[in-house]
Amino acid sequence: MNLEPIDVVVVGAGPAGMAGARTLSELGLSVVLLDEQCAVGGQIYRGIASASPARREMLGPDYAAGAKLADALRGSTVRHETGASVWQVTRERHVHYLQNGKVRSFAAKAVLLATGAMERPFPIPGWTLPGVMTAGAAQILLKTAGIGPQGPVVLAGCGPLLYLLGWQYLRAGIAISALVDTSRREDYWRARGHLLAALRAWPYLRKGVSLLRALRKGGVPHYTGAEGLQVEGEGQAQALSFTVDGQRQHLPASTVLLHQGVVPNIQFTQALRAQHRWDEAQLCFVPETDRWGALDVPFISVAGDGAGIGGAQAAAIQGRLAALGLARDLGSITPAQRDSTAAPLRAELEQNLRIRPFLDALYRPREENRIPPRDDVTVCRCEEVTAGDVRRFVELGCSGPNQAKSFGRCGMGPCQGRMCGLTVTEIIAKSRGLTPDEVGYYRIRPPIKPITLGELASG
Amino acid sequence: MAADVLVIGAGLHGLSTALHLARRGVKVTVLEADYAGRHASGVNAGGVRTLGRHLAEIPLALASRELWHNLPELLGDDAGFVPSGQLKLAENEAELEQCRARMAELQANGFTHEVTIDRDEVFELLPTVAPHVVGGIWVADDGYAVPYRVVTAVRRTAQRLGVVLHEQTPALSVTQRGSGWQVDTPKGRFEAEHLVVTAGAWAGRLAAEVGEPVPTYPQGLMLMVTHRVAPFCKQVLGATGRALSFKQFDNGTVVIGGKLIGDLDFDARHGEVDIVRLITSAQTVTDLFPHLKHLGINRAWSGIEAFIEDDLPVISQSRHASNLTYSFGYCGSGFQMSLGTGERVAQLVLGEDSPINLDAFAIDRFQPLSSTSPN
Repeated sequence: MNLEPIDVVVVGAGPAGMAGARTLSELGLSVVLLDEQCAVGGQIYRGIASASPARREMLGPDYAAGAKLADALRGSTVRHETGASVWQVTRERHVHYLQNGKVRSFAAKAVLLATGAMERPFPIPGWTLPGVMTAGAAQILLKTAGIGPQGPVVLAGCGPLLYLLGWQYLRAGIAISALVDTSRREDYWRARGHLLAALRAWPYLRKGVSLLRALRKGGVPHYTGAEGLQVEGEGQAQALSFTVDGQRQHLPASTVLLHQGVVPNIQFTQALRAQHRWDEAQLCFVPETDRWGALDVPFISVAGDGAGIGGAQAAAIQGRLAALGLARDLGSITPAQRDSTAAPLRAELEQNLRIRPFLDALYRPREENRIPPRDDVTVCRCEEVTAGDVRRFVELGCSGPNQAKSFGRCGMGPCQGRMCGLTVTEIIAKSRGLTPDEVGYYRIRPPIKPITLGELASG
Repeated sequence: MAADVLVIGAGLHGLSTALHLARRGVKVTVLEADYAGRHASGVNAGGVRTLGRHLAEIPLALASRELWHNLPELLGDDAGFVPSGQLKLAENEAELEQCRARMAELQANGFTHEVTIDRDEVFELLPTVAPHVVGGIWVADDGYAVPYRVVTAVRRTAQRLGVVLHEQTPALSVTQRGSGWQVDTPKGRFEAEHLVVTAGAWAGRLAAEVGEPVPTYPQGLMLMVTHRVAPFCKQVLGATGRALSFKQFDNGTVVIGGKLIGDLDFDARHGEVDIVRLITSAQTVTDLFPHLKHLGINRAWSGIEAFIEDDLPVISQSRHASNLTYSFGYCGSGFQMSLGTGERVAQLVLGEDSPINLDAFAIDRFQPLSSTSPN
């Protein structure tokens, strides 16, 4: 296998990766940016380089902001490899990826992981029925192909992305039957404590309010404090039922779009055996980093939502900061140069992150939507393991997610535990009366992305 | 609660020894540094194989085979054991000649469990294999099982019989006081008249502490498993001319291994996967089954196993101290033997006569001792 030498490999061409790669190249380092999409943008700015003015207008100004990052990258010396699926990053900074069916590898002096976020699992009865998707997946269809669902659509859950998608659907002329919000009044009360800090991030707050106002003006029924969510149907989603103020509601829907926030994609940092900790505010594992995003694995850093959810604007700033940190570690700049360049970025980052405690409190996913109370709810979709199965494993002596794999193949399917990892950790923690930190997470093993025997054999 | 016997290491060998002791009414406490079956025992390829064994191991392997075919009786669970047979393929005439020589050696020693088969017989058993295969060795009574299920079934049976298991309880030091033993752990001191060391890759340190070092070294053995594919192979496969261990489980996934050595971070108790070293395995598999080229690899992993210089385990009473017995260093071949060997070890502990000669596994066979070579 041929290892191509390079200064820095950046994994992921979202805001953190684009900004980080460009900064590294400006500091004189050879940089390759690997991303599996055919163009830059990541998930948040997906298709930004090719989106028509009309589609940019429909998706809104936040989306259009990604064009600046993409343009700046295009004018840099960064080598951007498209269709590059990274399937292993080793602690020795060998980066293996697949491109056009061929295995290729870099030996890097440093690696910047900018692999972003993924949607939190939403394990409720019926969530595996055809017709149920995540809001994020629906938004990808809208961004890349201008496609929306046909038939009655219900959006359910909580979090900014859910409202944004509703707003974008309205602008795209796609009818929405209802927005079923799982946030409750007490969430507003809890979030109120952070309101002052949030007010200082006024643009964010105003944006959220205006999205909801637009939805209301658009005539979309808005239920709040919904509980007991259940997708109903035989072989296909036909309705969403839920309870509001003690009243059971039943809304016909052939498409149910679920969302309850995003969580860091920690597949690479876990596979690298970096230290992680449970973030109780964001209810997810995050890698431990220093203020430059550096992991406890030498010369490997992480930036953007993969290090903790902060949103696209924060991610771009973190990408620059991580780039400065790595450039200093590689000797391209002095500590003094690093710190002086970083100072204004840190101020900007702090401004951006002010809204987070408020958002985290307001859109905290409800326990019943994270830890299914019903035993028959599927948790691991690949291997069809239910919440009750996992609880039974615990009774048999299963002490953590890794043993759950052995007890019943939970988390061992093609998704590599992405869709069930947090759920399984939380179910076991609750059953055993421990914290998620004490229970831990799946050991993640390569390949992180699919590769066939034939592709490996030709490597 | 005082135990008669302390066992260090809740892998299959420790748990099986504890089970067989408990069946004889002995009070056993098992100490485990991590959780039961965490390393080689729980994450191996699951091959239940008498085929291709060192002559000295064959009597132990054949005795174990009896137990594998009666698992529900022993454990109240079949532990996923499938008597699929194991087939070692010869890919050319020279390899087939090696197979015939092996057969002659076995017959000279009175063993008849392996048989050579010709090309037609191979294709009758396995119509999907590539046409260049010329024959092989076949053992109909071998098979495979699901490793962690076996660990769990043995553990739960042992616990039902009164065995006490302490997980997350590493043995920090072992000391003999009078005739008995004490083991210090972060969770306190454990004492018993007898001590059994079944600590796999970690056993060498304890043996050295007692004053009888063994040329043992840990290695991480890698395996990979594919996505699901329609059934095409019932048997467990090996190859004569190249490293291969290959089986399709009933859920359609294919597990591929064959003593593939990965990197090891022994202090972190972690075997690292280096997929680049799995390239040869992928080539072997796609040579034998070209239709698998498009099959996705789902995951690769690694388990830590103890190896010994002469490729045989230590199954032995201590030559330096009384009431101390060892069973470790199975060199990647211990899964099948564990059920029967546990009974032999129990007999060693209790001073009973063993029907199987264990001289080849004595701990003092290494004199003069060559240096231990950690990988």
